[in-house]
Amino acid sequence: MSTVPTGTAAGTVRAPTVLAGRGLSKRFGDLQVLTEVDFSVGAGEAVGIVGPNGAGKTTLLNVLSGSQRPSAGRIEFNDQDITGLRPELRCRRGIGRAFQVPKPFTGMTVLENVLVGASYGAGLGRQAAYRRCVEVLETCGLAGLANRRADSLGLLHRKRLELARSLATAPQVLLLDEIGGGLTDAEADELVATIKLVSEQGTSIVWIEHIVHVLIQVVDRLVCMDAGRVIADGPPGTVLSDAVVVDAYLGRAGS
Amino acid sequence: MTWINAVVQGLFLGGLYALFACGLSLIFGVMRIINLAHGDLAVAGAFLIWTINSQFGLNPFVALLPALPIMLVVGYVLHRTVLARSLRGGALIPLLTTFGLSIVIQNALLQGYSPDVRSLGAAAGDWTTGSWRLTDQLSVPYIGVCTLAVACLVLGGLQLLLRRTAFGREMRATAQDADTAALVGIPAASIYARATAIAVGTATLAGAFLAVHSTFDASSGPTQLIFAFEAVIIGGIGSLWGTLAGGVVLGVAQTVGAAIDPQYSILAGHLVFLIVLAGPRGRSLITRSAPA
Repeated sequence: MSTVPTGTAAGTVRAPTVLAGRGLSKRFGDLQVLTEVDFSVGAGEAVGIVGPNGAGKTTLLNVLSGSQRPSAGRIEFNDQDITGLRPELRCRRGIGRAFQVPKPFTGMTVLENVLVGASYGAGLGRQAAYRRCVEVLETCGLAGLANRRADSLGLLHRKRLELARSLATAPQVLLLDEIGGGLTDAEADELVATIKLVSEQGTSIVWIEHIVHVLIQVVDRLVCMDAGRVIADGPPGTVLSDAVVVDAYLGRAGS
Repeated sequence: MTWINAVVQGLFLGGLYALFACGLSLIFGVMRIINLAHGDLAVAGAFLIWTINSQFGLNPFVALLPALPIMLVVGYVLHRTVLARSLRGGALIPLLTTFGLSIVIQNALLQGYSPDVRSLGAAAGDWTTGSWRLTDQLSVPYIGVCTLAVACLVLGGLQLLLRRTAFGREMRATAQDADTAALVGIPAASIYARATAIAVGTATLAGAFLAVHSTFDASSGPTQLIFAFEAVIIGGIGSLWGTLAGGVVLGVAQTVGAAIDPQYSILAGHLVFLIVLAGPRGRSLITRSAPA
């Protein structure tokens, strides 16, 4: 089918794999959402995931972060099997997650939201947790809003908070789910700059995004999913020009 | 003057109700469980203190020192073994579970301690029946002031714990959205278990004051549960200081009701509760979801 080389056979020397799903399948009753998906991300690598709605992208992230159990397959993190590990323990090992629709703890201030991630997710003591929060809030452009209540923030700042809270958990891999959705171009550019910075600091990134031109500014590799399968995996330019991808996703989206 | 006295006595009674109510409020706020065994756990705590008192001759307030850690462990284990499982079954199962637990505790206490009515008032010392006599008709009982002060300390302590500590933040985060909290590394099960332990601890404290204040027996729990529940609703779910206010309003309603006619005591409390329930707060109960 696809002429695009698969991720593990890309030819170039790859960084060691940090997070990998092997033969992941997920069924909801009669609905097969994931079918034997092989997916991996290397140390410091940024991978984008594209695909039409219902392709199973979010389910893949749910399975990787532990909010859903796969029906079949294995998940490995730093060569250890974490398939049965609870989400809070995955987070503490270094898998961070940010959602499409930000879910801040609304009764708390911005700082408190981020502190929760730093003290539990990153397992830091009081002093270290505060220091980490200051850094993260700076990185995410929220430094001036630390004492605002999370529910008083606008969409852009909520998205940044979503990112900040997951960053505070000191993730080795950051799973981002359409975090750019609903933003203006200028706002999306700011967010991209932040994510780029995080990526350059060595955090691996897995990013689902519909806005492809935003995505390819950051990612080293692009994975395209359709109907629960990976249909292409490789450098962004190659994947985007792949006939199968154009047909499954871009062609349909453009029609 | 009778009226002023009734209000003052009601204030102190309210302290006791608030002490009962804060644990109920905490468990509801964090886990969305209405713990129907809360009153029985408090009475079980009172029996534990009674046992320590009668076995070792310790003053009931000194007996609290060993009793509190024991009841904290009971709360923790109770959650890990029973409540955690029932929580997975949806909203109704925990309600049924705690209802069953209530029956089990009452019958276990009945079996172990007989249906005799007891009090720790005498064991606690003469001061518990003493009071400052301000005028002929107005007196301020020491035990009442003590109860109210402890209630304020416990509620203030809980408030500080929730607002100012890392554990408090994690409790609030879990209360709001346990799934998202898990994804930032918070283990909901452990937070819930610790919250239950704290709630059972405050219930024990309330049980001790009930036992010193008045009398208790194996079936005293449900009555205290109803007063605690009314205090939580009157004060507003999710607000600890509101719980204190709710307890005081209920206590004052009962003592003022009793001043009109002794038969109206409990009824007056229920009426205030119903009035609050019929008002805007009752309507907002359905939609309100803010954690403690």
